[in-house]
Amino acid sequence: MINSSSSKKHGTDQQEISGPTAKSQRAQMGKPEESENKKRLKDVEISVPIVFGNAAFWLGKKASDYQSHKWTVYVRGATNEDLSVVVKRAVFQLHSSFNNPTRVVESAPFELSESGWGEFEIAITLYFHSDVCEKPLNLFHHLKLYPEDESGPMSTKKPVVVEFYDEIVFTEPSESFLARVQNHPAVTFPRLPAGFTLPPPDESKRNRGDTKDHPLSQWFLNFSEADELLQLAAARQQVQAHIAKLRRQISMIDGQNQQLKPPSDQ
Amino acid sequence: MDAKDILGLPKTPLAITQEKKTRPQRDSQRKPDGIAREVYALTGGLAPLMPSIDASELKRRPPSSEKITWQWLPFPRSALKDNLQLYHWVRVVNGVPPAGDYSFAKYNKSVEVIRYTDEEYEKYLSDPAWTKEETDRLFDLCEQFDLRFIIIADRLLTLRTVEELKDRYYSVSRAILSSRASSSGEVAGHPLVKEPYNVSQETERKRALSMVLSQTRHQERKDAEVLAEAKRITESRMAARVAEEPNLPVTLDICPESTERDIVLGDTISPPNVQVPSAAVASSTTMMADNTSTLASLRMLWVHLRTYALEQMVQAASSSAGLRTIKRVEQALQDLGVDLKPKVPTKAVCAEHLELRKEILTLLNLQKQLQYKEAEGSSFHDSSYVDMPVTPKDRTFVPDTISFGGDRLGKREQKRKGPGRASETPSSPAHKRPRKLKASDL
Repeated sequence: MINSSSSKKHGTDQQEISGPTAKSQRAQMGKPEESENKKRLKDVEISVPIVFGNAAFWLGKKASDYQSHKWTVYVRGATNEDLSVVVKRAVFQLHSSFNNPTRVVESAPFELSESGWGEFEIAITLYFHSDVCEKPLNLFHHLKLYPEDESGPMSTKKPVVVEFYDEIVFTEPSESFLARVQNHPAVTFPRLPAGFTLPPPDESKRNRGDTKDHPLSQWFLNFSEADELLQLAAARQQVQAHIAKLRRQISMIDGQNQQLKPPSDQ
Repeated sequence: MDAKDILGLPKTPLAITQEKKTRPQRDSQRKPDGIAREVYALTGGLAPLMPSIDASELKRRPPSSEKITWQWLPFPRSALKDNLQLYHWVRVVNGVPPAGDYSFAKYNKSVEVIRYTDEEYEKYLSDPAWTKEETDRLFDLCEQFDLRFIIIADRLLTLRTVEELKDRYYSVSRAILSSRASSSGEVAGHPLVKEPYNVSQETERKRALSMVLSQTRHQERKDAEVLAEAKRITESRMAARVAEEPNLPVTLDICPESTERDIVLGDTISPPNVQVPSAAVASSTTMMADNTSTLASLRMLWVHLRTYALEQMVQAASSSAGLRTIKRVEQALQDLGVDLKPKVPTKAVCAEHLELRKEILTLLNLQKQLQYKEAEGSSFHDSSYVDMPVTPKDRTFVPDTISFGGDRLGKREQKRKGPGRASETPSSPAHKRPRKLKASDL
């Protein structure tokens, strides 16, 4: 699979690494993979922004009682980058009324298309590469087929799209993981502790698993953190000003009360 | 008198030095006869509740029928096995010296050290680490010094630790005892057999003890902090585990090393926070402590979603607040136009969101404080309702909460006429006094 090829290539790269990288690191990287995985960086976290959700098209004339919509549930990188750098496979657990409700997707793009009539909760389990994380992560998405506005007309051209933004956070990533994803656009690379160097990543393999040209990409929602930040900052300002005012009032009243207080109460 | 002099205390009114002869006292305070005033003043100048000495006894002269002399006589020392002759003053009555042994001789006790014969040694007691001569010498010293092993360790020419000596002595004695006993049942009750000496345990115990003893104050404080932090982490982890949803199959690997690591993490983060003493910051330090323990538990999950992390932190931050307060926070967030769960939960956004929530909590606490203070003020004015000195400015956010608060104050004022209802919201230390006043008002 992708992972094994990358690790082999990584092995050959190691011999080609020249002087600049620390000798100790090279010695470490030269050892078998298991010990590489063991070297983890504490207080460093690496995050992968993802968007998951579904897009559902009404079938219109071709709709039957049991197949009224064609929908696709997916997990994609937030900027439509290739997630297979961290995700090994995705397992979508569908409603038991589906045939083979456990659907496994081994490669990017991690999505599943089906047709049906009902809305239900889909459990998405993401399995990561062994040097990334040994434990899988669960996401839950409620499949949405019908538009919010129930009275509005359903169109076969425009899908109902529901997406959620989230970030997968890996605490204490291993060195090999960090090295592998250094310059990958799908990953938010953390600030490394001072003086820490990593060997250059393996540039050669570049699978086109990104969703930039995905057929559904025109419907993808945009998630801008800037707007949210602005909103939050404005709110905080208001609250802080209010707090300051209250504090002034309290000290004023304290002063008043001091004068009024009967001496025995002191 | 002299004692008071030394201590620098004011002297008794009559400051004339006198000999230790009895004199009729001239002090206004009652003092018993027969004891010199100065001597009496040593006790503090007041009569004790129970007379320790019957004062009349002191004045009494020995019955004149007897003739008392003091003589310098030798005394018998049965404890001594040598010919040393010692002398002391003896109170002789009518020329008859006191009979009997030296009164202190009965205190000359010694430990019964079991001695072995050579055959016994060869049969039971040979040990690679100990020669026979050494063992013999050890036992001699034990007998001589009554099992004072520290001294024995000094006296033995070979370098042995106290624990080694004890070990050898006790194991030898045990062996002899059990070999000499006709049946094992006989000696099973003997303390030597019942509780054998455990060398390794003793060494370890002494080492630990010396470590604890030699701890500097700084270390002591650090240890206390680490323990407190560990306790808090384990407690919060228990709570987190109980609260954790069953459909997250991520198992928490709790093993001793990870607990230590968390403690180390918690230690590095929390001490600066823990030491901030001001009351206003007190609530935020508990929040910080919650935060670090949440962070620690998040670190345990190798992978998690940021929304999950935010949820945990929000929960931790509002753990000290009641349900009502949480609802008010959410209401405030909505009034401000902020989503309860951020739509784009990046690291920065989550941090801001958390801070905002905390600030709203602070705001609500301050509002409560203000209300209480005003209630206090109005109670001094004797039930006249004090107008709130706040003129709400033109802001979307402010009027909502202020008027909300004002209404409640009005209600509270009316309710104060009737039986007082204690506030449902949790009290913070700053509120305790106003509350007491309220109760006493009613």
